[in-house]
Amino acid sequence: MQQEGFASFLLRQARVLDPEHHRDETADILVSGGILKEITPHLNIRETGLSNIQEIDLKGKWVAPGFVDMHVHLREPGEEYKETIESGTRAAVAGGYVAVACMPNTHPVNDCAAVTRFILDRARERASCHVFPVAAITLGLQGNDLTQMGELREAGAVAVSDDGRPVMDSMTMRRAMEYSRTFNLLVISHAEDLSLAEKGVMNEGPTSTLLGLRGIPAAAEEVMIARDILLSQLTGAPVHIAHVSTEGSVSLIRNAKNLGIQVTAETAPQYFTLTDDALMEFNTVFKVNPPIRRLRDVEAIKRGLADGTLDAIATDHAPHSSLEKDTEFEYAANGVIGLESALPLALGLVREGILSPLETVAKLSRNPARILGIPLGSLETGKPAHLTVIDPEAAHVLDAETFQSKSRNCPFHGWKVQGQVLMTVVDGRIAFTRLNL
Amino acid sequence: MPFQRKDLLGIRDLEVHEIEHILELAFSLKEINSRTIKKVPTLRGKTVIHLFYEASTRTRTSFDIAAKRLSADTFSITASTSSLTKGETFLDTVKNLEAMKPDIFIIRHSASGTPHRIAQRTPVAVINAGDGMHEHPSQALLDMMTIRQFKGRLDGLNVLIVGDIAHSRVARSNIWGLTKMGSRVIACAPRTLLPPHLESLGVQVASRLEEAIPHADVIMVLRLQKERQEQKLLPSLREYAVQFGVNAQRLSHAKKDVLIMHPGPINRGVEISPDVADGPHAVILDQVTNGVAVRMALLYLLGQNQP
Repeated sequence: MQQEGFASFLLRQARVLDPEHHRDETADILVSGGILKEITPHLNIRETGLSNIQEIDLKGKWVAPGFVDMHVHLREPGEEYKETIESGTRAAVAGGYVAVACMPNTHPVNDCAAVTRFILDRARERASCHVFPVAAITLGLQGNDLTQMGELREAGAVAVSDDGRPVMDSMTMRRAMEYSRTFNLLVISHAEDLSLAEKGVMNEGPTSTLLGLRGIPAAAEEVMIARDILLSQLTGAPVHIAHVSTEGSVSLIRNAKNLGIQVTAETAPQYFTLTDDALMEFNTVFKVNPPIRRLRDVEAIKRGLADGTLDAIATDHAPHSSLEKDTEFEYAANGVIGLESALPLALGLVREGILSPLETVAKLSRNPARILGIPLGSLETGKPAHLTVIDPEAAHVLDAETFQSKSRNCPFHGWKVQGQVLMTVVDGRIAFTRLNL
Repeated sequence: MPFQRKDLLGIRDLEVHEIEHILELAFSLKEINSRTIKKVPTLRGKTVIHLFYEASTRTRTSFDIAAKRLSADTFSITASTSSLTKGETFLDTVKNLEAMKPDIFIIRHSASGTPHRIAQRTPVAVINAGDGMHEHPSQALLDMMTIRQFKGRLDGLNVLIVGDIAHSRVARSNIWGLTKMGSRVIACAPRTLLPPHLESLGVQVASRLEEAIPHADVIMVLRLQKERQEQKLLPSLREYAVQFGVNAQRLSHAKKDVLIMHPGPINRGVEISPDVADGPHAVILDQVTNGVAVRMALLYLLGQNQP
């Protein structure tokens, strides 16, 4: 984290949303010396005994615990032309995030302590927010040999995943769940049966048939989620399902939770916002894995968010340059960037009546923090201040050209949306703001 | 408003009146191909570039003959299938060629949608000569022309498409075209060779040839690629030939005036038996002849629309 002096500031009369403490009320928040000092209905500045307090009027605005994105790709080391830890975390704070968990499919793969330490060192020097490395489950993401998870945990990894690839061999996945549990490392499952997905480049359905593109059936995701739920039950190890995209997946996870199996799950804005009709012009910006699905899947994802089946909203922020995207559809890389567009899309769920403001905040902050076991996602007085200030109404047009990310593969570019991040406070410092302070 | 498009990318985008217009023009241009001097000056001074990212003999030859008979200058570029292996992206290739001021690109590519992506990025007219498993519009137009030549109409006919519809751009373009023109399309193949949700394109599915053949006015037989067996979509070519091969015995239940069509190249003895391919119902070579006329019509229309 960059070192700067701490400012004292008083956030006046915002709607404070803190799901951990069931708080949803108008209050003043005092931050001083990097610490969240007070949350109180009305604070008299003189009573604080502090001078040089900047007062920020936030009537009609929301203050939430700083957001946590449990699924991003920062591309460093190895693909710094797409994103770096520096640019990716700048994008993160612009999107309201105070922490991101970065996936291990870098070059080299984060499958050893040296790479984990490199990421954390680089983050300490250049990052605008906290970075929590997710290490690989298997060496080189090859699906064969387990990584040295004990050492990875000690180096600072918070979870393991072969994200981008599944662990196809069921016994390897069983061993991974058992072994990682020893070190309290969460297994995050990229659920995709590669033999069923074959060479698919989009969702299998009427649109893939119409476009003559090979499809990835929903079953390719669902059979692996079913397997990993059963392995979680077998081993007693918790499992987290990344980027849930289908109706059947939601239903499998819901049933597993009802049975008391320790499964958690995330989805991403593209899966509750887009349908595969978006591919009709062969626009590669919509090419992502898992693929965007059908309307009934989108509706099921929303129901899953509403009833708590889906715990977290992540972004799967996956930066790519024009080299990977400005190509034939079949050859284009999978992935969309999401850090700087997630909030307004998540607020769309509030406007639709699917989630309450408090539930939305929980899925963006508290729940991912709890799943990863990191001490964020709640407003704790006396602790370092991690805050996200939101204007829930601000109407604007998403313009990827203005994003902090190095990449431009945003499927929502040009969308008229409502809701904007006004300020992100990381460790008591203003890491990003749109306010004239 | 007969035909105002910059590009011809697929049949799905076309209106019925546009298909009518192309077919009428093709019928009137066909006569040029029977003259002793097979050349008219219509596209004199126009430059046509064939940009083929996938091997093709008959389609490229057909387009080339069509362009030359209209007096256009033609050039052929065979590009590597994957732009990634070649080091130059397809857009760079297109932009380089565009800088040489051609009037029409004729593009074939193994990746679905590539002609569309190129057309969005260049002012040059683009004709899709077949993209992946998506569309092959000139083939569907020549098929419709051939059906109309022999049946006098397209509406109210039962057209049976037999074979590998899942991987066939010819099938997709014909499904769009024939259903727009009022035909009923029935598909017959093992389920592994039918694309998912085929019914959503307005097609009926028949599992057995015996059910479908007696009602068919036209039977379109598709080529069965040998690699489908390697992909385990079929147990064997022999089983395919036995279960789905169009042969004289099966045709004995067909209508007397049934047409047998095939987009070529034929696998004799697999999807079609030699006696049927060479028999009185086959119009396979008439399709090839009409292909030149249809492609002349397309080049004429897009060449005329160029500024």
